[in-house]
Amino acid sequence: MKVDSPGYILVFATVVCVVCALFVSGANVLLKDRQDVNRLLYLRKNVLQAAGLVPPGEHLSDREAMELFEHRIEPRLVDLDSGDYVSGVDAAEYRQRKASADPELSRPAAENPAGVRRIPHLAKVYLVGEGGSFDRVVIPIEGLGLYGTLYGFLALERDTRTIAGIAFYENRETPGLGAEVDNPRWRARWPGRKAYDDQWQPRIALVKGHVGSPVENPYEVDALSGATMTSNGVTRMLRFWLGQQGFGTYLEKARTRGAF
Amino acid sequence: MASFGKRQWGVLLDPVYNNNPILLQMLGICSALAVTTRMDKALVLGVSVIVVAGLSSLIVSLIRKITPHSIRIIVQLAIISSLVIVVDQILKAYLYEISLELSVFVGLIITNCVVLGRTEGFAMQNPPWISFIDGVGNGLGYAVLLLIVGFVRELLGSGRIFGYPVFASVNDGGWYVPAGMFLLAPAAFFIIAAIIWALRVWKPEQQEKD
Repeated sequence: MKVDSPGYILVFATVVCVVCALFVSGANVLLKDRQDVNRLLYLRKNVLQAAGLVPPGEHLSDREAMELFEHRIEPRLVDLDSGDYVSGVDAAEYRQRKASADPELSRPAAENPAGVRRIPHLAKVYLVGEGGSFDRVVIPIEGLGLYGTLYGFLALERDTRTIAGIAFYENRETPGLGAEVDNPRWRARWPGRKAYDDQWQPRIALVKGHVGSPVENPYEVDALSGATMTSNGVTRMLRFWLGQQGFGTYLEKARTRGAF
Repeated sequence: MASFGKRQWGVLLDPVYNNNPILLQMLGICSALAVTTRMDKALVLGVSVIVVAGLSSLIVSLIRKITPHSIRIIVQLAIISSLVIVVDQILKAYLYEISLELSVFVGLIITNCVVLGRTEGFAMQNPPWISFIDGVGNGLGYAVLLLIVGFVRELLGSGRIFGYPVFASVNDGGWYVPAGMFLLAPAAFFIIAAIIWALRVWKPEQQEKD
């Protein structure tokens, strides 16, 4: 067959497609397990950081992180409407972000400044403690920054008011400015601040200028310098997820009960 | 065929300083602006481009005589994109945290003119070994420039090199007030322009006659 005859072109194109497809899918199959482990590990490390089990800036090996997580963290599912725990669905396997995209498992959020579009019926929280008694809870948070959605975790103490830590595991902000949400020194300023005021309204906010210790300014955290939009985004998403559309009901029930 | 002599060295290193894909051919500027805020990102993307450019030139050259002329571009694209996807998968498996930030740009290597430019412009007319070297050389020219720009931007923009503090920045309790401008895309334009200027003073034959 001649190199430029239509039949040859068809055969050649088909062969190229099949070979390329085999190559790509082969790589995917071979690497998938490793990628899944990475994804899980990365998420777990961020939960541990938010929970305050790893001091900001300290590095943890993969094994240590897995062990610490298995021993000290218990994932649970919460029905955001009723604020009650849900059993019957495997919390460890539940993927909240996937559920948020599924019309069956989520609903559209009311218009909100945090830019949250959909809310899952079930949210995944991480209880922190040992031997069945838990003294902290880690809740997932997400919301718009400047360039895209930030995803992270906020940890609260047993009084559901005091912040134990914060961590963002995904952001598209400017490196050095908005992406400093990752900066351990900045994250170290969070523990001890108060998320709610005395009337249990979400009050925590990022503000410009010097903010003192948690005792002097319990409701404020230093904004990220040069990143006003990202800082406002963080304030809005915290208020959203601490509010009634988010974990408000769940946290209220937990503090009435006096336990998570 | 698999020899490495003077000609091969020339093909390998020429794109680094004589015929640099970014500086002279003005290809691949987009990603050069996007990933040079940190050196580790610039390095990983640079190496990815070297791998993709080298292998795609090699494969395109191997099948150049049996490739129908009328569909050659799409065949080249299919090969390049397959390689890029696999590189992206490998990064996700072995360098997960960097891949989170780079994934978009790794995908964009497919449309990086440096790669397609070399497969179409060189590998279609030349034997496999020299095509491979040419692809690696052009990837190298791209990577070296990315690293230079990344060095300036990371050092001045955040006071760090490869994430390690060189100038202790005020964010970390030090003295250096980071020049945030260097982290924004226009700064990369200025740096690239300054390098082009310097290069053309050094090598006047690169100047365009008007």
